Amino acid sequence: MRISWRIGRLASRRRETPTAHTFVFDVPGWPGHRAGQHVDVRLTAEDGYQAQRSYSIASPPDGQRIELTVEMLPDGEVSGYLGAELREGDELELRGPIGGWFQWTPEDGGPLLLVGGGSGVVPLASMVRHRAASGSSIPARIVVSARTETDIYYREELERLAAGDGGLDVILTLTRERSPRWTGRRGRIDHALLEEVAWEPDARARTFVCGPTGFVEAVADALVALGHAPELVRTERFGPSGT
Amino acid sequence: MAPISRGFRGRRSDPEQARRLPPGQYIEHDFPVLSAGPTPRVLLDTWTFTIDGAVDESRTWSWEEFQALPSETVTRDIHCVTKWSKFDTTWEGVSVDVLLEGVNTEAAYLTAHSYGGYTTNLPLEDVVDGKAWVAYAYDGEPLEPEHGGPARLLVPHLYLWKSAKWVNGLTLTLDDELGFWEQLGYHDRGDPWLEQRYQGD
Repeated sequence: MRISWRIGRLASRRRETPTAHTFVFDVPGWPGHRAGQHVDVRLTAEDGYQAQRSYSIASPPDGQRIELTVEMLPDGEVSGYLGAELREGDELELRGPIGGWFQWTPEDGGPLLLVGGGSGVVPLASMVRHRAASGSSIPARIVVSARTETDIYYREELERLAAGDGGLDVILTLTRERSPRWTGRRGRIDHALLEEVAWEPDARARTFVCGPTGFVEAVADALVALGHAPELVRTERFGPSGT
Repeated sequence: MAPISRGFRGRRSDPEQARRLPPGQYIEHDFPVLSAGPTPRVLLDTWTFTIDGAVDESRTWSWEEFQALPSETVTRDIHCVTKWSKFDTTWEGVSVDVLLEGVNTEAAYLTAHSYGGYTTNLPLEDVVDGKAWVAYAYDGEPLEPEHGGPARLLVPHLYLWKSAKWVNGLTLTLDDELGFWEQLGYHDRGDPWLEQRYQGD
């Protein structure tokens, strides 16, 4: 019954943004997960010192393979190590899947509204990928906020999925992009943007909001103010990590 | 055997701090927020706190009545199941002992419930004898909504999901009835020193 620690072996890694990497692990015995869940990661130093962190799973359910996208935090004890040191073939411990609330499968229905800030898009990407992989036609919108164009996670993939699928819309907005080459939306995800791009409250969209605390507070408050039922708005917040 | 992460040193605490840190936790200096949904906005005019369930007589306080109860200021370390711990947090509130004073009950458990629908279950013995408070101030200021204001349960010796935000009552029960996170796979009791994070730990 206990969720056991398992060995994950790094199959590959790729850069998503200047500060984030996706790590693909093969995890023998992985019991499977649902889109939106997370995993605990544990590192062990030579003298036995250990450190744990939780990371959202970016990949859809896919056998014994999971992908984590990890933002390297300034002075991040675990994220810094993963970003700088982890190589193909390296092993570490993983425990999961964790979390039974912030998750979605096509059987849960829709429409689906996903709102992510920064690395908060990771568990939402798992849902979008799961929806695509399972051939679901449930209408879905993903609204993503990033600082600059190079900080957007999974941009090509999201736009490619949306281009081939009338049921999926991707809405991007940048909060700190200075380049005039960016002709898309600018500014935070606020009441006005959500009023424009979210489903009508009557549609009773399954809504998932993930990002830093201030972002999630603002988005969830705006959705409730727009008339969305609080019980349909599921949130996952992460605070700034140690200073 | 855990595989050794080549070259991993980690960011270690000094020995005194390390002693205060339960297994698998790290020290956080900010105050992260974790909640399953939107933050409920609770008006003090309509706020109430109720003790009910397996009791001889239920009791309810208004905000004003609650403020008139004897309060305590306590400084404790807190531990979140998402791995962060924060040392020396200072809270003001009413001890659960005060709220249960004179209550006649056969109950061995309770469910704390909150505005917004959150619930969490606890053994009665984990909230009595100076172990739990209903806190309405943090660091000398009224408790902010995102941290559970107007009032939250504070049970600092257990993982923080037991310290229900926006708490509005305790329902005493004869049997252990799982709360929100407990039904979703988190541990029934949640003792950080035993690393009781998930069911089966």
